[in-house]
Amino acid sequence: MLNVLKIALRNLARFGRRTLLTSTLITLGIASVLLFVAVAGSFKAMMIGQFTDAVLGHLEVHRRGYVASIDNLPLNLNMSPAMVEQVEQALKKMDGVEAYSTRVKLGAMFSNFTETTSVRINGVDPEKEVATTPLLPGRLTDGSREGALLKPGEILIPTLLARGMNVKVGDMIVLVATNRDGSVNGKTFTVRGILESITGPSGRDGYIHVNDARDLLRMKEPEVSEIVIRLKDPGQLDQVYAQLSQELSGNAGAEGKSGGAGKSPGGGGLEVHTWAALSPFSNIANMIDLLTVFIKIMLVSIVLVSVMNVMIMAVYERIREIGTISAIGTPPGRILSLFLTEGLLLGLGGTALGTVISLAAIYAMNVWKITFNFGMQQGLVLSPAISPRDVVTIAGMVVLMALLASFQPAWKASRMDPVRALGHV
Amino acid sequence: MTLIRAEHLTKTYRSGEVDVQAVKGVDFAIEAKSFVSFVGPSGSGKSTLLNMIGCLDHPSSGKLTVIGADVGSLDRRAAANFRGQHIGFVFQDFNLIPVLTVYENIEYPLIMVQDWPEQKRRKQITRLLDAVDMSAQANKRPDQISGGQKQRVAVARALATNAELVLADEPTANLDHDTAYRIIRLMKKMRDEFGTTFVFSTHDPKIIGEAELIFTVEDGKLHQSSPQLGVGHA
Repeated sequence: MLNVLKIALRNLARFGRRTLLTSTLITLGIASVLLFVAVAGSFKAMMIGQFTDAVLGHLEVHRRGYVASIDNLPLNLNMSPAMVEQVEQALKKMDGVEAYSTRVKLGAMFSNFTETTSVRINGVDPEKEVATTPLLPGRLTDGSREGALLKPGEILIPTLLARGMNVKVGDMIVLVATNRDGSVNGKTFTVRGILESITGPSGRDGYIHVNDARDLLRMKEPEVSEIVIRLKDPGQLDQVYAQLSQELSGNAGAEGKSGGAGKSPGGGGLEVHTWAALSPFSNIANMIDLLTVFIKIMLVSIVLVSVMNVMIMAVYERIREIGTISAIGTPPGRILSLFLTEGLLLGLGGTALGTVISLAAIYAMNVWKITFNFGMQQGLVLSPAISPRDVVTIAGMVVLMALLASFQPAWKASRMDPVRALGHV
Repeated sequence: MTLIRAEHLTKTYRSGEVDVQAVKGVDFAIEAKSFVSFVGPSGSGKSTLLNMIGCLDHPSSGKLTVIGADVGSLDRRAAANFRGQHIGFVFQDFNLIPVLTVYENIEYPLIMVQDWPEQKRRKQITRLLDAVDMSAQANKRPDQISGGQKQRVAVARALATNAELVLADEPTANLDHDTAYRIIRLMKKMRDEFGTTFVFSTHDPKIIGEAELIFTVEDGKLHQSSPQLGVGHA
């Protein structure tokens, strides 16, 4: 095998310019694809992070039917304390969960004493909310980011609302809400801060303390609209989702007590949703993935065509040589392996160089800290990264394609009639 | 001992719409360790005969036995294996592998066709380089040596695996007369030294005389042979 390798290397060196051109093409192809995957992956991860870390969390648990009616914020589909207890018990058992936050969501009338408009409000425990959505304080465009996010009697309002209603930090406002029994209640709040709006569900919601929300709604028991969960490793999303769904499938007792609805992916009247199921951005993320697939297909095509072209030329130009080695008794299998090795070396060389170049470029981009803007978010730092798995997959794919592209010319060489080959002019 | 025996051997090619009978029912026998020449003009069928003897081509009919094997019954793989084990080739255009040195060209059949251990290989190549007087050029590439030197390397390569039979198709066609003569003398010397049977084709009357047995091929038939070592008839 070493001898086949040696001869294959020398044959490649014999047609140095062609080998260099093909290798360069493969090198550029793989470097571009790896860079694209790294940058697109980084962009995607950052965008996902903006949604999950600012509002959505990685997973959310709702009572069955709540998400389907979420535009109405149905108070009659809140989770009962027994259900919440059930979920909390399940979450405490799971290693992958970093934090969770219970929210009471409501629709209310917002008044600055001269004008009134509608607003969607999240009643939250500030500490748990910040632990679960750590980018939330960063959304404060006005109002101090230091200290507690919220105290009872304070409200965070979205920037568009503040602008439209001409409300500033420190102003008093009134929230008026209708509870599940239909009775109306009002409560005065001080504006603690103005929140930058973000795209997607709940991106333009206001925040009040959970106790204020329950007061406003005159809840008899501490109901919860949703439980937002943050994972230690977002890469474990599918596993934690499956595990949590499995855990919650046994909460028939809680359902019985609360008189909740039927079965769901979460089982027993509860539903577990991933951030992707709740956010339209998941479609953009899927498009990025699809784009990556197309780029990979293009790379494969480039490798296939260029290596096949080179190997067909190599066979055509060496017909007499093939006839000679065949005549002196070289087994067809060894002739096949000789040409396959040449194709493989072309692929390996280009792949190795392309991988090194792309990794160096990724490293350089991380050192130089390239920034970009996304919506209201300014100066986001692009941190391209690529997993060893992606590198191995893409490199393996290219090498495999180089091998496959060499197969037809190599097969032709190994099957060549030595008499005809020796007589070739 | 008879090394090659042909009985009613024919070879017909299809050329376009026409069948061309290149070899027309020939019989001959060649003894081991002989130095034999097939002589005839271009297109007479001598290369076809050599190709069949070298298991590069199948007879259309008749029987051809080479070193005990019925070459007509060998499939492609078996024929390649048989050639690799028993037959060496010398070509008109030398056909050395351009990316390999003189040493490596001689080594080629020992590593790519057979599987000789390195020490044994080195010993054999050194011996052959000495025999063909190419030791000083061992590290040169084919494009750095003359035509005569290339053919000497080709002879050494043909002998590398201790082949019992070396077939040389017009080995002197691309050489000047003096060089051609020296190559034929070298082949004869190799026959004497290694006990290898040499069969070569030529249409150069100046070197025909070096053969110990001459088969004259004309229009696919063997017309005559020298009387010394073998017999042949149409």
